[in-house]
Amino acid sequence: MATKARGKASGKKSSETRMIPIYIMGKKYEVPETLTILTAMEYAGYRHIRGCGCRGGICGACATVYRLSGDHRLKFGLACQTVVAPDMYLAQIPFVPANKAIYDIEKLTPDINGIGRIYPDLYRCLACNTCSKACPMGISVMDYVQALLKGDIAGCARLSHSCTMCGICALRCPAELQQFHMAMLARRLYGRYLQPRARHLEQRVKQIKEGKFDSMMDEIMSLSNDELKQRYARREWEPESYENPDWQPEETKYLILD
Amino acid sequence: MAEGQASGYPPELKKFIRAVEKTRPERLARVKANQHFPRLTREEGEKVLKSYHPDYRPGGRRRLKVGANKGEILADEVADLLESYSRIDPDAFDDRLKKPDYETDVLILGGGGAGAVAALFARQNGLRVVIATKLRHGDSNTIMAEGGIQAADRPADSPYYHYLDTMGGGHFTNNPRLVKALTMDAPLIIQWLEDLGVMFDKDNEGNMIELKGGGICRRRMHSSADMIGAEIMRVQRDEIRNHPEEIQVLEFSPAVELLIDETKAVSGAVLYNLETSEYSVVKAKAVIMATGGFGRLHIQGFPTTNHYGATGDGLALAYRAGVPLVNMRYAQYHPTGTVFPEQNFGLLITEKVRTLGAQFINAHGREFAHPLEPRDIASSCIIRECTEKNSGVVAPTGHYGVWLDTPMIDLLRGKGTVEKELSAKYLQFKRYGIDISTEPIIVYPTLHYQNGGLEIDEWGATRISGLFAAGEVTGGIHGDNRLMGNSLLDIHVFGRRVGVKVSEFIKAVKKGNRLSLGHVRSYHAGLIKTGVKTKRVAPILLPDYVRRSAPVYPHKS
Repeated sequence: MATKARGKASGKKSSETRMIPIYIMGKKYEVPETLTILTAMEYAGYRHIRGCGCRGGICGACATVYRLSGDHRLKFGLACQTVVAPDMYLAQIPFVPANKAIYDIEKLTPDINGIGRIYPDLYRCLACNTCSKACPMGISVMDYVQALLKGDIAGCARLSHSCTMCGICALRCPAELQQFHMAMLARRLYGRYLQPRARHLEQRVKQIKEGKFDSMMDEIMSLSNDELKQRYARREWEPESYENPDWQPEETKYLILD
Repeated sequence: MAEGQASGYPPELKKFIRAVEKTRPERLARVKANQHFPRLTREEGEKVLKSYHPDYRPGGRRRLKVGANKGEILADEVADLLESYSRIDPDAFDDRLKKPDYETDVLILGGGGAGAVAALFARQNGLRVVIATKLRHGDSNTIMAEGGIQAADRPADSPYYHYLDTMGGGHFTNNPRLVKALTMDAPLIIQWLEDLGVMFDKDNEGNMIELKGGGICRRRMHSSADMIGAEIMRVQRDEIRNHPEEIQVLEFSPAVELLIDETKAVSGAVLYNLETSEYSVVKAKAVIMATGGFGRLHIQGFPTTNHYGATGDGLALAYRAGVPLVNMRYAQYHPTGTVFPEQNFGLLITEKVRTLGAQFINAHGREFAHPLEPRDIASSCIIRECTEKNSGVVAPTGHYGVWLDTPMIDLLRGKGTVEKELSAKYLQFKRYGIDISTEPIIVYPTLHYQNGGLEIDEWGATRISGLFAAGEVTGGIHGDNRLMGNSLLDIHVFGRRVGVKVSEFIKAVKKGNRLSLGHVRSYHAGLIKTGVKTKRVAPILLPDYVRRSAPVYPHKS
């Protein structure tokens, strides 16, 4: 596990990096000021079981609540993305309880009535914007809820696209909405029903099922390794789309252009 | 949002950036005239690989002493994992095995993409499923996939070219039958995802907006901004939770050992509750191994893009049960891991950044490699630039790398492209005061993908009856090097295939009734006999970062 390399990195850090005090679940620790909450907790001796996932700001496992000394506001962030600050008082949220509705996506229609039936708490939104202020991804949560209320499912889907489903919005909501589950449903309805279907994809699936590529695959799999390498070296490169979106390949033997 | 951390690049790096800015107009003009940095020929590529790729150079490896791959030379970290004892004492479990805590048709180990797809297809084929996952449901490398998923579905493309690209990218060491399955099933899978309600990037007519990736001769990459993995994973998790009667999910419950019955078939597993430290026994008619990869083993001391749970558990369990490993010699070091800010150290900068037009630039402002070389070659070129050529950029932390010139993207494709197409990356840097649409990023290779793994056939069956496998834990699909967009594809293609095959298997094969850990006893005996003296236990389950101040640093000597 390359402990040597690590030891070196750590040694260097302690001489150059300022140490600052933070409070984890009430206990005081001195940690290097460059660490994130996640790595600072590890530095302090905590081993994560819950509260740690991708360590890269996309999975939503490490939702954290903190206060800064002298500031009355409760703050929220992903532990893997938020850098520690002096006198930060922090606690991790292991889990935000929420009820995901059960539904059959095939039997739904992409309209407000469907979503309102499944998540009736939608209508309780006070438009107070507490949710948006808490979102660690900077999503305008209230705006997507309001979009849904207006029946704008596509708008809700687009506004909520970078949601990690960490649940902080639901935790903060005074009307007790479960916003992130509503947005999930909206995105699925948008992807399933509102975005136009890819015709070229449908066509290709049909061609494959009809066996139209079988002979090409048989041919390429029967090649000797040398022949395969030659074909690889000779293959024709499509230019990037900003150069020529209407490009047509010269070799059409291995295509089905109908 | 979190406040007060937006400090941006320090002055000494801003000085370096000016060298990049100076050459940018000229580079831009050349790209617009379709004049690119030349790609390396196959011979040149092999030369740079042999000299600079971390796994082609000597050192860091040893000969394995036990099991099906005995005698093969593997990375020390992998050999350590395989040459280790069980976490449990087999003798202490004899009574427990007679009264399983759970009984099910299929037990799926791993709750990432491969496990999710397998579960949905197994359910569709009438089976009851238990998914046991180490962390939260969906926590996996799948959720972190950024750039795209490949499928040859445009008229100017075909599975023929997808096959050719994949074989070449893998240096022709791939299993052709697996590659055929991968490329022929690809469009089918994209359509299945479309049906589930995945939001793909499409134009107003519904055509997929597709881009290239390294080593790929046609535009074939389907995306959802720069978070296709998160988008797919949350849809699949949502869908699984729509079937609670048929699919039960056990979170924080990694498998610590497989169970084998008197017919020598895999028939369940011992799970460990990470929070209560209790064990439970699951009896199943078949087991699907979908535990993912090994990035958190930090092969050769590299940092990793991988999920916290990526400790190669499935390799250890299945190897102990007798499944051979294939294509394990070369790991994938993604060319563009973050070097600065250090809070993001080692994290992935998706290849999509380069497909959109970002270039590799050295400390002198000069481009030194085609942006879309296959990943192993691109990584080797960066390492060469920073070592032999001494043209790397040094960050305040002492870590070095090269520039990835992201401002090229908006200049080529219009203002706002970075913010729209790379929204997650844009935010990730903006948090630290860096605007990647106007400032470049410092990058260096980072451990990204396992490449090889458990030997499977084209239906995901291993050599051991009752044990199937899908996803990063398997090997042979990508050969010695995987192309962008083929891993998100492989978890789907083979997740679906095992989900279907496992139901045929259960109907056709009569299995035993007595669960046993006999294979673990035999493996332990093998370790002792071959003189492996160790106290190591596997699976590792969680990496040990306690009391470390920084992520692991690359092989710098």
